[in-house]
Amino acid sequence: MADFREVTVEELRHLVSDRAMSGETMLLNMGPQHPSTHGVLRLLLELDGEIVVNCIPDIGFLHTGVEKTIESKTYAQSEVMTDRLDYLHPLGNNLVYCLAVEKLADLDVPARAQAVRVILAELTRLSSHLIWIGTSSLDLAAMSTFLYAMREREMIMDIMEMCSGSRMMTTYIRPGGLWRDTPVEFESAVRKFIDLMPKRIDEYETLLTRNPLFLDRTRGIGVISKEECIQWGISGPVIRGSGLAYDLRKARPYSGYEQYDFDVPTQTSGDIYGRYLVRVEEMRQSVRIIRQALDKLPFGPVRSSNRKYVPPPRSEIGTSMEALIHHFKLWTEGYPVPKGSVYTAVESPRGEMGVFMESDGGPKPFRCHYRSPSFANLQIMPLLTRGHFVADVVGIIGSIDIVLGDADR
Amino acid sequence: MSEAMQKAVSAVQERFGAVVQVFKDETTLVVSADHIEDMMKTLRDEFAFTFLIDVTAVDYMPAEPRFNVIYHLYAMEKKDLLCVRVPVSSVRPQVPTVEKVFPGAAWFEREVWDMFGIRFEGHHDLRRIVMPADWEGHPLRKDYPLGYEEVQFTFNFDEIAGRKPSPKE
Repeated sequence: MADFREVTVEELRHLVSDRAMSGETMLLNMGPQHPSTHGVLRLLLELDGEIVVNCIPDIGFLHTGVEKTIESKTYAQSEVMTDRLDYLHPLGNNLVYCLAVEKLADLDVPARAQAVRVILAELTRLSSHLIWIGTSSLDLAAMSTFLYAMREREMIMDIMEMCSGSRMMTTYIRPGGLWRDTPVEFESAVRKFIDLMPKRIDEYETLLTRNPLFLDRTRGIGVISKEECIQWGISGPVIRGSGLAYDLRKARPYSGYEQYDFDVPTQTSGDIYGRYLVRVEEMRQSVRIIRQALDKLPFGPVRSSNRKYVPPPRSEIGTSMEALIHHFKLWTEGYPVPKGSVYTAVESPRGEMGVFMESDGGPKPFRCHYRSPSFANLQIMPLLTRGHFVADVVGIIGSIDIVLGDADR
Repeated sequence: MSEAMQKAVSAVQERFGAVVQVFKDETTLVVSADHIEDMMKTLRDEFAFTFLIDVTAVDYMPAEPRFNVIYHLYAMEKKDLLCVRVPVSSVRPQVPTVEKVFPGAAWFEREVWDMFGIRFEGHHDLRRIVMPADWEGHPLRKDYPLGYEEVQFTFNFDEIAGRKPSPKE
């Protein structure tokens, strides 16, 4: 049986001030089992009274070794695991994975599949932001927003279930298109949702935006400048809340985002309130994108006809020998992908989510690395919390919107 | 390759002897570990590659040099993406840190140390990040076995339970 070694304070000596060693300041563990750390995040806080002197994030409690497991499975099997990384944004994880495989294999994606991908990616963004607006305001003692947000999220979950058969772990987007076409009720369900949503967003805003208690807890807290964001590799609503309009949907468009007309909201304050306003406006923009995509949703196939990568339809297997062979090869051996390495990225609700994928020409990925936004954004916790109260640490964690499944992978 | 990128690439080629590879309109520079810090500084200050997206590594065992450390840089205004590769040998794998150029590299480098056992010289806080502090081995190396859990049945339940690691009393 393995011996377990305890980590002593001595090992963290270079991270805390000298006052901590003499006992003048206090070291306090926050988490990993703490409801406001949004998962299993442990923060080691150095406190002077109630003021945070230093904050040392400790992650890895949700490390599942997905990158290692991917190396031992075929491209089709690996995709299933990507759902579980950022569990509030499963379709985006699939999308970025598929974009990488498609780029390596030069796989075409039909127009309808691209548009459905955009609709579903934006719906997932909305559902993730709904969870965020609920939980982060819950941390700041606004209980009712959480209940309202969960109500709307349920509608999105129903749409996901309608398409893929699963509420969260969908694996609906596949290399070369989608698993199957959307059901007939899809369009009306999405329309019903986007007609309702703008009013509901207004409703959340009446609860929070001008609420003096909320303003007290968010204004001027956790401030970070644009320059610091760039230095630390921060992306997503955090960098936009600091005044830089860096959005991958505009900067390096993918999946046909260049066809849609939408704004990238920014705020210059760089505090929790700024990030709040950015996310709320982003929800409105997502609704706008979905409406446009739905209005010009083309008809046609949803899967590439390249049979070397995409399985043939069931009806063909009974009549075509070729189709039977392809089907057999795809589900037993998997498809070999040409040698090389690529980097693709999508805008996740938390920032830039990228995949670095390297293929050695075999049917299994040689290396698949997820560049996860939560991991990069968590790094600035010491900068954001320094000099604030312990109670504000909770608000700051909520405002950078971390998902530990994404940070630890 | 855009004009700004072309300029940056040829300058770096000349100054640091970097080798250029282009694959699927992604430009990759291969440079030796000795030059990495200076090259990053040059790219950041002179060619506006101000945003470090990512640091990761790949293990090419049994080839030599065994590892490649991979950096992705981004130029905000020009929207150029640049990949930098540093080959690292299997004997004392070591690369100078770039955290003085890009502070955000700190955690990414900790992750590469944790997963591949590549040391970053001059890093201020090179501890394991996702694995437990007392973990042995570096999981993403190709010679690290993929773990599994033994299936417990009624007849061997206690035997396997006894072998499972658990915190000591």
